[in-house]
Order: sequence, then structure tokens, then C-alpha cells
Amino acid sequence: MDSVIALVGKDFVLSAADTANARSVIVMKDDVDKILELDSHKTLAMGGEPGDFVQFTEYIQKNLHLYEFQTGLQLSTHAVANFIRGELARLIREAPVLTNLLLGGYDSVSGPSLYYIDYLGTLEKLDYTAQGYASFFILGTLDRYYQKDITLDEGIELMKRCIHQLSKRFVINQKNFIFKVVDKDGVRQINFE
Amino acid sequence: MSQSRYDRAITVFSPDGHLFQVEYALEAVRKGTTAVGVRGKNVIVLAVEKKSIAKLQEARTVRKMCLLDKHICLAFAGLTADARVLVNRARVECQSYRLTVEDAPSVDYITRYIANLQQRYTQSGGVRPFGISTLIIGFDTDGTPRLFQTDPSGTFSEWKANAIGRNSKTIVEFLEKNYSKVMSESSDEDDEKTSVKFAIRALLEVVEGSHNNIEIAVMLPEKGLKMLESSTIQQYIDEIEEEKAAAEEARRASGPVPTASSRG
Repeated sequence: MDSVIALVGKDFVLSAADTANARSVIVMKDDVDKILELDSHKTLAMGGEPGDFVQFTEYIQKNLHLYEFQTGLQLSTHAVANFIRGELARLIREAPVLTNLLLGGYDSVSGPSLYYIDYLGTLEKLDYTAQGYASFFILGTLDRYYQKDITLDEGIELMKRCIHQLSKRFVINQKNFIFKVVDKDGVRQINFE
Repeated sequence: MSQSRYDRAITVFSPDGHLFQVEYALEAVRKGTTAVGVRGKNVIVLAVEKKSIAKLQEARTVRKMCLLDKHICLAFAGLTADARVLVNRARVECQSYRLTVEDAPSVDYITRYIANLQQRYTQSGGVRPFGISTLIIGFDTDGTPRLFQTDPSGTFSEWKANAIGRNSKTIVEFLEKNYSKVMSESSDEDDEKTSVKFAIRALLEVVEGSHNNIEIAVMLPEKGLKMLESSTIQQYIDEIEEEKAAAEEARRASGPVPTASSRG
């Protein structure tokens, strides 16, 4: 039920996630932040089972911080993506974690990158993608309007177009989305007045 | 003496109540390079004597001060390899605490953890104690600055200022003599400057005064750890040398030198 969308722009990665926590027909909380700041230059947008995705992503975050304190260095987005995938691939046959993730990061050497990781341990590097029901509705929109080296403003407009498409065709009304962008200056939330 | 029969396995007390392995570990600490910690009103300073490194060695890989978490730093005196193991365990514990409790660990908690670890190695079979004493600095979540010390026996205590390693006794005497006066005369804006200068002055009692020999770390609330540049350290040293020279001048000018006869 969680809708998570992300795209890679000229020098940034933009992620958007809905903010509802719902069980069957009840919306329990409508201001959930599903985009975790893994470190200064990485975001992890999550969807799936609420308990699982918080537990698992915080575990990943603390391990990343430990690595930073041990070595004085930050892992690259590529390395983190493979670490996360490895953990999920191990856990699927031991104690499955029902969470689907979009990892966005900015590395000073290789620039922005986006990784699609699902609960089975699938890992793909992509320019734009979505997790959850949203993918059924907006991948076509992204195919039609996404261009490489898109600017941040164009990216935000494209995201809004996707969300509008969801509100038109998706039976579940997801009113609120949180937008976070990662670029050379770090992670920040984009607020709309 | 019969001491030698009671230091093979450290689980054994000697007849007069000594744990000799622990005392020998303290000897190893006394041979290590010096570390000084000073707690200011809103800042904590660690000053360490930089070990002289070989010409071909990369200076940056020889670290005496280790960041355990964003808000906690540790300096040690003694066996570097033992410190590396202990620091790693503490770093894992910091992240583990944050994962379970979703709060930053207090300096007291981490000190207690490290001290417990050190104590466990004085009461197990076939292991020797860690050959290090540590100075642990940091801010608690409520903003209180803290300075703790641990030693190979596993005891720990909180301090306003302390020193460990070579010639630490001399430094502690200096700190005891001057801490209250220096801290009471310092204002809030000058807190960092006063504390850093005091720590350097203390270290200069036993170490040669050059930026090549001294490393300074300052822990600030919110901002975390700041390592001072060599040029800044040299500035402080120059200031201190000037003040010492001026004080010497004043002393010479104020009174006559005692004559040989007064020495009786």
C-alpha cells in the first residue's frame, strides 16, 4: 500500500513517499516519514510491513554509522546497496523482512545513483522507479516524461504529475507525500506551502 | 620475593592482597605517551603528547584520540593494540545502544561499559588485563560536559581534569594547583580558549613546546569534536611561552636573589 517513487536528475536523487500507515480500512497515522537519512548523503525510501521496514532500515543505518566511526570514511552508494541486498538475501531464507526499498545517494566521485532493492534481495541500478502499488500506475508516466539530466524543478514537476495520476486512478486516496532530495550538499526535505 | 609465584595467572591474589598482573599493566600505562583532559564550563579538551614517528611513517595513521560516537571521544595511554580492541568494542556498543534505545548513550554509560570490560579481563582464566588507561570525554544529552578515567583494574571515576601516561603525576599536581583559579577567572566566551590553554600549559610541564609534539581535540556541545590545526596550537604555545617569560621578568624585578649565606 505504500507508494514510493524516486528518480535520478542531473546532480541529485529525488525521492517521494506517501505518509499514511493504514491497516485494512483504517488510517492509523497520516504523517509517517518513510524516507530515512542513512547518512549525510544517502536516503532510503521504504515500503512494506511497517514494523519490518523500520527495524531493518535502522539496523542498516547503525551499521553504516559504525563503519564510519571505525574507518573515518563513508561507504559509497554502490557498496551500501550491495550490503543491504546481501542482508535481505540472507534473511529471506532465515527470517524474511517484508520491506521494499529505494536507495538514493550522492557520491563525490560518481555523482547521483538510485538502486531498487526488494524483500527477496533483488538489486537493480535504475534512473527512475517506484515501489508498491504506485508502480502499476506511474511507471508509464515516468517512461513518457523522464529525461536524463532532468533539473530539480523539472523533477519535482514530474513527481507531482505522477502523484496526480495516482489520485486519479488508484482506489486508495493518498493525500500527502514527503519529498526528499540528495545532492552534493546532503539530504534535505522539500516543503511545499 | 615470593611475588613471582603469584603473578602467573591473574585470577590468583597474592598473600598480601595484590593482583600483580593488574599492577604490571599499570606500569605499561606509565610508559605510554601522556594524555591530559580538562573539563571547562561548556567544553572539554583532550591534549596528547604526539609520539615521535619514524621518518617514513604516515603520520595520520598513528591516532591517539578515537571518536567513539558523535559526542564521545577517547584518549588512552599504554598499549596501542589493546586500545584498538577496546575502542572497537565501545564503538559497536554505542551504535547498539542507539539501535535499541534510540537515544545517544551517556558518557557515564560508555565509561561503565569499557570499565566493566577491563575488569572482566582481570577475573578470567588465561587472559591478561588490557594495558591501557583511558580518558573519556563527551556531552550527555542534557548538555552536561563530562570527563571520565578508567584504568586496567576496571575502576572508573569522573574528573574535572586529569592526566595519564608518562609523567602524569607532575601534570596532575599542576592541574590540582591551578584548576580552580583558572576556571573561576574564565568567562563564558573565553571558556574554550581558557580550557585549551590550560590543557596545553599542563602538558608543557613534561613535553617540549612545539606544535609537532602536541595534538589537541576540543569537544563542543552540538558541533561534536574539533581537532585543532597545528598553526593554532603553535599560537597557543607562543602565547604561553610569552606569559611565562613575562612572569619570570616580574619575579626577577620584584625581589633580590637570595645570597649564598641564606642557604645555611
